[in-house]
Amino acid sequence: MLFWTTIKIALRSMLANKLRAILTMLGMIIGVAAVIAMLALGNGAKSRILGWVSRMGKNTITIFPHNPKMPPVLNGSAEPLTLGDAHAMLSIPGVKYVSPVVTSGDPVKWGTNETYCNIVGCASTYIIIHDFQVQSGHMFNDFDARDRASVAVIGPETATRLFGSQDPLGHTITISTERFQVIGVLVPKGRHGWFDPDNQVLMPYSTAMTKLMGRAVALNHIDMQVDHAVDLTPVQNKAEQILRIRHSLIQGDEDDFWISNQLQVIQMANNIGGAFTMFLGSVAGISLLVGGIGIMNIMLVTVTERTREIGIRKAIGARRRDILRQFLIESVLVSLLGGLIGVVVGVVAAHFVKFRNFSGQVEPHMVILALSISAAIGIFFGYYPARRAAGLNPIEALRYE
Amino acid sequence: MVELKNKSALLEIRGMVKRYMLGETEVLALNEVDLSIEEGDMVAITGPSGSGKSTLMNILGCLDDFDAGTYIISGEDVSKLTGDKLADIRNRLIGFVFQNFNLLPRLSALENVELPLLYSAHKDAKAAARKALEAVGLADRMHHEPTQLSGGQRQRVAIARAIVTNPAIILADEPTGNLDSRVGREILDVFHKINDQGRTIVIVTHDSNVARHCRREVQIRDGQIVDIIEHNRAARELMAQAV
Repeated sequence: MLFWTTIKIALRSMLANKLRAILTMLGMIIGVAAVIAMLALGNGAKSRILGWVSRMGKNTITIFPHNPKMPPVLNGSAEPLTLGDAHAMLSIPGVKYVSPVVTSGDPVKWGTNETYCNIVGCASTYIIIHDFQVQSGHMFNDFDARDRASVAVIGPETATRLFGSQDPLGHTITISTERFQVIGVLVPKGRHGWFDPDNQVLMPYSTAMTKLMGRAVALNHIDMQVDHAVDLTPVQNKAEQILRIRHSLIQGDEDDFWISNQLQVIQMANNIGGAFTMFLGSVAGISLLVGGIGIMNIMLVTVTERTREIGIRKAIGARRRDILRQFLIESVLVSLLGGLIGVVVGVVAAHFVKFRNFSGQVEPHMVILALSISAAIGIFFGYYPARRAAGLNPIEALRYE
Repeated sequence: MVELKNKSALLEIRGMVKRYMLGETEVLALNEVDLSIEEGDMVAITGPSGSGKSTLMNILGCLDDFDAGTYIISGEDVSKLTGDKLADIRNRLIGFVFQNFNLLPRLSALENVELPLLYSAHKDAKAAARKALEAVGLADRMHHEPTQLSGGQRQRVAIARAIVTNPAIILADEPTGNLDSRVGREILDVFHKINDQGRTIVIVTHDSNVARHCRREVQIRDGQIVDIIEHNRAARELMAQAV
């Protein structure tokens, strides 16, 4: 009963000082809106990265030829990854597909059209490992790899750049001086930041190594997919064991290769995204703090202005806690109302603000968090003024003009 | 001192001492004051400013503590009480009426009268507040805010707020001080009316006309009671007619 009356009184005194109430709330509105928008933006970035990582295939392990833990000088002496290494991976139980990968960036030509893209030499299983689909034509097969066939499967973006609206199937493209027949076009995956999986040319690794890379033996990486029912870590350990033996590393030697699995990448993306979100959120949180100080300031003014009212209330029997509660309710009401408006503004802002190619994603927990922080700020910054009000001497308060 | 308590007294003060520090000098605001007020009485406390009557009023109203002596109101010894305990006594046993009305702005007359009951978690505050407002003749102004009421009406609301908790005593501090004499008379009539219903009233005033309306007049000088004058009813009524 008293609670509702107190809220009613607080609302009325806010209505009587509309401009002041709005200015006080403005700090909270901006603060909460900023927190919501920033958290949403961070979240959007994170889910974008995670989406990209998971679209690059499921349950994958990638082996790189250098160990980033080793000093750069020693990396030069590292044994390269070879086709033999890739083959050895097939012996690990649980490994479903293995593809050696060599890459280069070269201009690709068709007639007078030319585009620069990623050339990937790989096994036929590469598109399974990385979850690509072929939209027209077909993927090259193991015979093509064996025969070093001059065939290529191109990304949809590459197809558009070279062929426009024409069907690329059966046409011959030129890379360096070599000619390759287009036998398939991939389904678009969508561009993800710095890497565009839709703008690349896939060909058998044997073809790429002999015709484009000067009979190179070093692989850029080895990609493999593990059966979904199998744990990634033991497979990764086994791969490390095999490679150490193949590279004649003795105990105490650092690995001269680097194995990363998708879970680690996801975890890393999660960590980076989380840190990013935290950073944005805490920067925005500072404006909340400023909003809170604004509330405290106004509540102190209010308490002084209403000294006589406090005296009257005390004279007719209000206890300390009644006065304390009244002013706390008022400050929480101001901050919560500001917070509510801030949530609306923040959600709208997060919806409309698009940063590069990702937009904000608001989640319910952010709204709950923002509102609880608003309430907490109301209590925290309202407590001191409220305590001051509660501690007033009734006689002096009644005498106050 | 408790054994000195007069059994029929509603309010009993014995050996009351209150000192103030005014800069470096000590001021004895109340010096060994004894006073007892019986149920149903209507007492004026008079004296020039600085006599200690405001101090006495604050202590009677449980707004202030004192340095020595005892104060028993309605059988409860409040001498040693402080803070929230005094607030509770004020809420239950005392009804205040002030010179400048002291109503809360932005609250209707009804809500103002309800307020003391809300602090004691009364069950049906609204009905009690209505009854109190009817008793002071403001049944038709319940939903007006103080700014929409005349001075006399505001003081009636204040009286309604004072009586709504059914307190042991009504304490009025210069209740007619801000009103013209005609309206002041009306307010005194309201006090008479509620006194006739058995309520105990203490009016602090420097106005001797107001004091003559009371049954007794306690005169204070320099922190001590110097005289207690009985105004008999016949004289009061005669005077009432004359004015």
